[in-house]
Amino acid sequence: NRKGVALLAVVATLKLATMAAAGGKPAVLLLRPVDAPFAAALRDRFRVLDLYAPGQALPALAFVAAAAAVPEPPRATVIWGGVRVDASFLDAAPSLRCVVSTAAGLDHIDLAECARRGVAVANSGEVYSTDVADYAVGLLLDVLRRVSASERYVRRGSWAAQGDYPLGSKLGGKRVGIIGLGNIGSRIAKRLEAFGCIIHYNSRKPKDSVSYKYFPNVHELAAESDVLVVACALNKATRHIVNKDVLEALGKDGVVVNIGRGANIDEAELVIALREGKIAGAGLDVFEHEPKVPAELFSMENVVLSRHVAVLTEESRSDLRAHTIGNLEAFFSGQPLLTPVHADSLAQ
Amino acid sequence: MAAPPPADERPLVMLAQALFPEFAAALAGRYRFALLADADAAAADEARALLVGGLPRVTAQHLGVLPALKLVACTSVGVDHVDLDACRSRGLSVTNAGAAFAADSADYAVGLLVAVLRRVAAADVYVRSGRWAADGDYPLTTKVSGKRVGIVGLGNIGSRVARRLAAFGCAVSYHSRSPKPSAPYPFVPALRDLAAGSDVLVLSCALTDETKHMVNRDVMEALGKGGVLVNVGRGGLVDEPELLRCLRQGVIGGAGLDVYENEPAVPPELLAMENVVLSDHRAVLTPESIGGVLEVVIANLDAFFSGRPLVSPMEL
Repeated sequence: NRKGVALLAVVATLKLATMAAAGGKPAVLLLRPVDAPFAAALRDRFRVLDLYAPGQALPALAFVAAAAAVPEPPRATVIWGGVRVDASFLDAAPSLRCVVSTAAGLDHIDLAECARRGVAVANSGEVYSTDVADYAVGLLLDVLRRVSASERYVRRGSWAAQGDYPLGSKLGGKRVGIIGLGNIGSRIAKRLEAFGCIIHYNSRKPKDSVSYKYFPNVHELAAESDVLVVACALNKATRHIVNKDVLEALGKDGVVVNIGRGANIDEAELVIALREGKIAGAGLDVFEHEPKVPAELFSMENVVLSRHVAVLTEESRSDLRAHTIGNLEAFFSGQPLLTPVHADSLAQ
Repeated sequence: MAAPPPADERPLVMLAQALFPEFAAALAGRYRFALLADADAAAADEARALLVGGLPRVTAQHLGVLPALKLVACTSVGVDHVDLDACRSRGLSVTNAGAAFAADSADYAVGLLVAVLRRVAAADVYVRSGRWAADGDYPLTTKVSGKRVGIVGLGNIGSRVARRLAAFGCAVSYHSRSPKPSAPYPFVPALRDLAAGSDVLVLSCALTDETKHMVNRDVMEALGKGGVLVNVGRGGLVDEPELLRCLRQGVIGGAGLDVYENEPAVPPELLAMENVVLSDHRAVLTPESIGGVLEVVIANLDAFFSGRPLVSPMEL
């Protein structure tokens, strides 16, 4: 009931005020769960207003509003991909001047709105880039050479009973079309070159520093590639950038790998293309409506699936901790952010 | 390659076992075949070349019924299924697949390595079980790039594994019978020392009397509890019962295995382990490479029958 909610809000505000009064450290609004080392590192340096603190029961926006009401409210916040930073979020916490996102992508942040209000945004920089690139290569090898599928086969006991599992296809010599040649795409390219792949790419503009063949649109890229790797950001221009036409252009021996965002691919069309043999296989770490995965994929032998884990290594976790704190410390000491994001640097 | 000879002048090639259909079709125009098990005395006396497709055992007795034999041509890379001592004492030449499979084996070794370190196969099982929506946390895996990799055997396959992993920023060292002066990686004379200084050990060497069970408890203890073993060589390179113990006890962290001591028997204990990735001796094989092997086999047989130097002779 309304009285109960109001009471809760007051109690929460008092608790936060008590937390906030301790020491002269600047307040940071923490809106994602963190492990113990991360929590300790934050607490060493900042007054942490923690959405996920034990016993903290307010839902996110209410917590943000309560935090904004304490004396010396937080000027910086640490978020992840599940927090939408839009006008209503920023309205709830007018004290915020800096958003530090630990996500790999930025599709959850209205960068134009932040720019309008003079709110600085920092992203995760290259913290994840290597691990995501490694995982993309692992997915591609798995799909082409049927690593997971033959694994299942062996574990079922079928090798002894039924003989060898069908062969996969050679990676070397394949033309790999990378969509988005940024931090992640360029690392994927470098790794696949060592396997003898031929690198093609599409991005907003050609990159003078690379000798790979550039394609001005993804349809043409797909038509001249055996593999498509989605390694681009998700924004208005790239939503469903891999669509039915692109999949048809890729062709029946083609393979798709997605370590970008599920919505980069028209998932319904992808499932149809796989079902009908219009492409040969797919390696997918991301989906349009996570954690929902089209159930039809579960029975397909030519797909490799994972639950958005490309970033999840011990090493990137500790790199992320250092990087996030670095951005926060830069902000609070008036230095430039380590990895600032500008609204005009992306097609939003 | 020279044009195939007219049908009745085709040289006779004895087969250790029946050829795969693709091989048979590709070779039929160039040679006459007889199957060793069924061959009549005339064919056995005539045959100067024995073609060994697959991995059947070829013993001194088998060789003994072929008095004119001069060449044993294998379609595989490893030739530990052939009695090399008998070949040596009879002065036979032995050829293998050369580098035809090397890239594919190297690719698969890296695929296994990433699959183990990043739990690719386990993640796939997880999603297929429909548990994602229900469950929460996912265990962190470990970064592939930058790992210290020790390669055992820096031949055609090992050198390609090295090149691929160098692109991942891995620090590569190697152990082999003797150092390779042209290799840009540090040579480590003792296998145990290589294991001690590595996060991942990749086996890509031949199985011989010297290398049998070279990966033993001592080596695995040196590799250590975070360490991963990848085997695309031969099952016999590893003391398999000891490997099971080391995995079970956490002496090493995980393994990617394409080969086993008694294929296709895979130790049941492995089937229950999450930190291993298993495959059915497929590292060498892609349809594209089979074409490459055919070329090597034809090149060796053609060279032999026309008195030219062999293309991929092995040192016995």
